Amino acid sequence: MAKAFLSGNEAAAHGVRLSRPKVVSAYPITPQTTLVEKLADFKAAGEADFKYIMVESEHSAMAAALGVSMMGARVFTATSSQGLLYMCEMLHYVSGARHPIVMVDANRATAAPWNIYGDQRDAYAMRDSGWIMLFVESGQEALDTVIQAYRIAEDPSVMIPVMVNLDGFTLTHTYDLVDIPDQALVDRYLPPLHTTNKLDMKDPKTLCMTVGPDYHAEGRLLQQKAFDDAEKMIIQADREYAALTGRGYHGMLEEYRCEDAELALVATGSVSGTARVVVDMLRAQGRRVGLIKIRSFRPFPKAYFAGLGGRFKGVGVVDRSISFGYEGTLYTEVRAAMYGSPAKMQNYIVGLGGRDIPKEVVVQMYDELEKTVNGNSSGEMRFLGMRW
Amino acid sequence: MLEVRWHGRGGNGAFTAAKLLGHAVSIHEGKYAQAFPSFGPERRGAPVLAFTRISGEPITDHSQVYSCDCIVVLDETLCDVVDVAGGLKEDGVLLLNTQLSGEAARKRYQFENVKNLVVLDATKIALDVLGSAIVNTVMLGAAAKAAGLVSLDSVERAVDEMMSPALREKNKRAIEMAYGMAEGGAQA
Repeated sequence: MAKAFLSGNEAAAHGVRLSRPKVVSAYPITPQTTLVEKLADFKAAGEADFKYIMVESEHSAMAAALGVSMMGARVFTATSSQGLLYMCEMLHYVSGARHPIVMVDANRATAAPWNIYGDQRDAYAMRDSGWIMLFVESGQEALDTVIQAYRIAEDPSVMIPVMVNLDGFTLTHTYDLVDIPDQALVDRYLPPLHTTNKLDMKDPKTLCMTVGPDYHAEGRLLQQKAFDDAEKMIIQADREYAALTGRGYHGMLEEYRCEDAELALVATGSVSGTARVVVDMLRAQGRRVGLIKIRSFRPFPKAYFAGLGGRFKGVGVVDRSISFGYEGTLYTEVRAAMYGSPAKMQNYIVGLGGRDIPKEVVVQMYDELEKTVNGNSSGEMRFLGMRW
Repeated sequence: MLEVRWHGRGGNGAFTAAKLLGHAVSIHEGKYAQAFPSFGPERRGAPVLAFTRISGEPITDHSQVYSCDCIVVLDETLCDVVDVAGGLKEDGVLLLNTQLSGEAARKRYQFENVKNLVVLDATKIALDVLGSAIVNTVMLGAAAKAAGLVSLDSVERAVDEMMSPALREKNKRAIEMAYGMAEGGAQA
């Protein structure tokens, strides 16, 4: 174990290095660039022996990754925003053909208007791509989650690609103290990939084939079932990682100071960290507030939310995203899973296009939620910290 | 929690100073630190910000820094275009690279409300010791002492670990000189 002062992107790159992919194929895009540059540094310094394919676009980055995975080898790529959107077609190919590719998405706003800063609209636009989608809160969690992601993706019961989401700039370009686990430890945790889902002269088969109406739906049913197994694997992979390294992230989601809470905020990514500070502040004032940090968006922790019943009087959902014509993307998911719960609910749209989410705004969320619980709702969905 | 804001122009090395400080306290003093630049495209010569947070506890706050215990201004010309003293806490320290005396700087830049102002001609030190007008490490040395951010030894170890071999010795010399000046009462 070595301690280092690293950016989120550098930390994630260490996670990739320690996972020993055979190939990295990537195309640079802000704010992902320093991650793939760091991987190139590792390669140049002889600290990693993967083949580095410099492709001409994100679509090709994922197409090349699919080719590698079809040969039964471990592969990594990373992108962001427009790059992810351009890659979209290939995401469905990879998930449908059940290739356990791991990718980091440095979450960034989508154009127009052009904006290179952080929000989560790029990832949520890929909600139905058939990928496991994990969100992390720190550089350390990015490093650890990339390693866990291969364990999850490559489990024979799962075989689903994983997208590890890292907030653009807020995490990718922020430095903090990171523990880098030893290679030997990671090797114990993550054995080399063994898959039968590959092109093999001794066992010829067709991959990425055409499937007509007669079997297509059955394939989709298998994908849906695999997501149930993925949920178990996300929990198990995190637990085993914690046993080895001392660091775990509570599997699918984490409750922070929710024991006797009346009001709970649901958040994902870096804003969860800011919300922890606010929870501590408000708890010191005697207010019964807590935080639910969603780590896995797909599979969604449906059973947890369905089981909440009347445990909280109010549940607020923090969205760095909006589905125009409806509401915050995360809010729709949480509210649907909580169908029938008597809890009052509210949705806060914040942090779009890199707008900071100050602690005062998180305090305002708890205040608005309390008002809603007391019957003085200012509206179910609110944009906070706006000019107009 | 100590919060430090660095003012520079693109190319001054403000973010390098922010990272050196974060590295020094987190790797060598058993504390936790966070360092980040003003997010976005990097443009040489444009006003830029960098930040360092230091705490005895893990730092999970990912909001921006709004109030500061220490503000370090690498380039004096920024005082005319940016509110460099904005958000400084009452007991906070502002360090300014200038040839002016403390009294003259206070008047010239309307720092009347800045209780702890430290002025030093960092450019001169940089030219003398480094042979170029790059003042980030000089100002780090002064801030380390004046605001009690980190020990000289930890900063020097961070320089050894983060800077290229050719730059290490002279930067450590510049840091020692600035640290000594802040100790000897560069304060205005």
